[in-house]
Amino acid sequence: MQPSAAPAAEDAAPACEEAVRFENVKYTYDDEEGSFAVNGVSLCIRAGEFVAVLGRNGSGKSTLAKLINALLRPTEGKVTVFGMDTSDTKKAFAIRKCAGMVFQNPDNQTVASVVEDDVAFGPENIGVPREEIGRRIAAALNAVGMSEFRYATPSRLSGGQKQRIAIAGVLAILPKIMILDESAAMLDPKGRREVMEIVKKLNREQGMTVLLITHFMEEALQAQRAVVMHRGEVVMDGTPEQIFARADELETYNLTLPRAAYICKRLQQAGMPVENAFNAEELARKICASLQKG
Amino acid sequence: MLNDVTFGQYYPAKSFVHNMDPRMKLLLVIAYIVAIFIANNFFGLLLVTFVLLFFILLARVPFGRVLRSIKMILFLIVFTAVLNLLFYTGGENDIVLAKWWIITISWQSIINTVFLAMRLLLLVLGTALLTLTTTPVALTDGIESLLKPLKYIKVPVHELALVMSIALRFIPTLMEETNRIVAAQKARGANFETGGIFRRAKAMIPVLIPLLVSAFRRAEDLGDAMDARCYSGAKGRTKYKKLTFTWRDLLGFLFFAALITGIVFLNIYLLGRFDIIWQVQEWFGA
Repeated sequence: MQPSAAPAAEDAAPACEEAVRFENVKYTYDDEEGSFAVNGVSLCIRAGEFVAVLGRNGSGKSTLAKLINALLRPTEGKVTVFGMDTSDTKKAFAIRKCAGMVFQNPDNQTVASVVEDDVAFGPENIGVPREEIGRRIAAALNAVGMSEFRYATPSRLSGGQKQRIAIAGVLAILPKIMILDESAAMLDPKGRREVMEIVKKLNREQGMTVLLITHFMEEALQAQRAVVMHRGEVVMDGTPEQIFARADELETYNLTLPRAAYICKRLQQAGMPVENAFNAEELARKICASLQKG
Repeated sequence: MLNDVTFGQYYPAKSFVHNMDPRMKLLLVIAYIVAIFIANNFFGLLLVTFVLLFFILLARVPFGRVLRSIKMILFLIVFTAVLNLLFYTGGENDIVLAKWWIITISWQSIINTVFLAMRLLLLVLGTALLTLTTTPVALTDGIESLLKPLKYIKVPVHELALVMSIALRFIPTLMEETNRIVAAQKARGANFETGGIFRRAKAMIPVLIPLLVSAFRRAEDLGDAMDARCYSGAKGRTKYKKLTFTWRDLLGFLFFAALITGIVFLNIYLLGRFDIIWQVQEWFGA
């Protein structure tokens, strides 16, 4: 069953309280012999972890996300979500119940013309009784700070608000994993911040496992762990700090550093003894420290 | 150019009619249509008119708003009226007023024209009142609920209703997109405002094609999003919103039952549509 070809750059911990496990997964959109969108990925995501998946367009990160909730099934290898194999069509429902997904375009994932009806869509699908749906809508909208918009029309809301409704729609299913596939990419900076705040809060307060797919390096800084994908393979895996410390390697994957980290690196290159910093505040502090020392 | 297209014509207000169950409203509109068609004299239609006026008052919708709905089918009404007036022939009893080639105008054709125009007007105004007092979503829910029995002959009622409500939901989105594409094409020098109708229709092609392509892309995305939210058809699905009949619906039902009975009585005990002619002749001893 297991092909012996070793995955490129992978050292997944063998024993973890696993939420998602990829075992040498390959996926191709092309039925004929073609390139693999995901090419031999082995990865383990622990329950409660906040993981950012980074990569350029076409690096396979979205495909990776869709493999988790059985929207796609691996061509080769095996994906399990809390022990459930996604290749098992009978388990698709249970898997999607436990791994919710928020997509990129907020307009294309709203089903109903009223916010509360849209949030109710998921619970309705899994057969939650009526009274319970009402409670879940209230809780989900509260969690994303949109309670006052319960009876509003989604098309009149801002992008960030629409995306928060989409998150509420997923929360109402009570998933254990939340996958955000470029969910903030189409939003303005304010909307992006709103979404990130909510995601962080969910991870921190509810212990939600979060998988954040993005090409914004700044977003990855919020995560506990960052995974870099390139041409369908996982090429880097570590804390965001570890990843961004390897700037040259990132560059070969056409990724750039977060702005603060970039400035920091240039300062170092210019001969200023600044310690590594990744966000603006940290950078300011480190620069002050180095100036005081000097 | 599409800014003035407001979708639907729901008139938000709190009223007896607004608060009725959409299912009952749909049934009552059907009863109303039946009433219009079984009424075979002017008294029947007059009764229907009174009922309509009463419900418009009850719905607290301005008369102007209701009357506006005629605009769209005014042409149809005039067209059928003219045809009726010129070409109607009832039989040998016709009292012909003018005749030329295949055109005949008789008392009967005049009466018939008025009668049919009234029917059409009442029909449009009544159904307009339904859409003025019911949101598209409530209407969809109502239709789904009413069609539920068809499930047993394997009609995918739930799916059809979902398709309908998603279509409604995407109208503002696609409208926005159309405006965006129009602006983009204008920026590239496209001209939508001048030229004849064919020229203008042709100018819309560069708008419609990108719109269609994007609609397909959206459909694919939406399909994924629905799958991700555990959608798997009507089986095992619960419904959050429940429609309930209230005293309002009972009152409405009784009212319309009375209307239909009234019209049947008028049909039986009063004169037919054309008898008014003989009546008038009798009065004036012609």
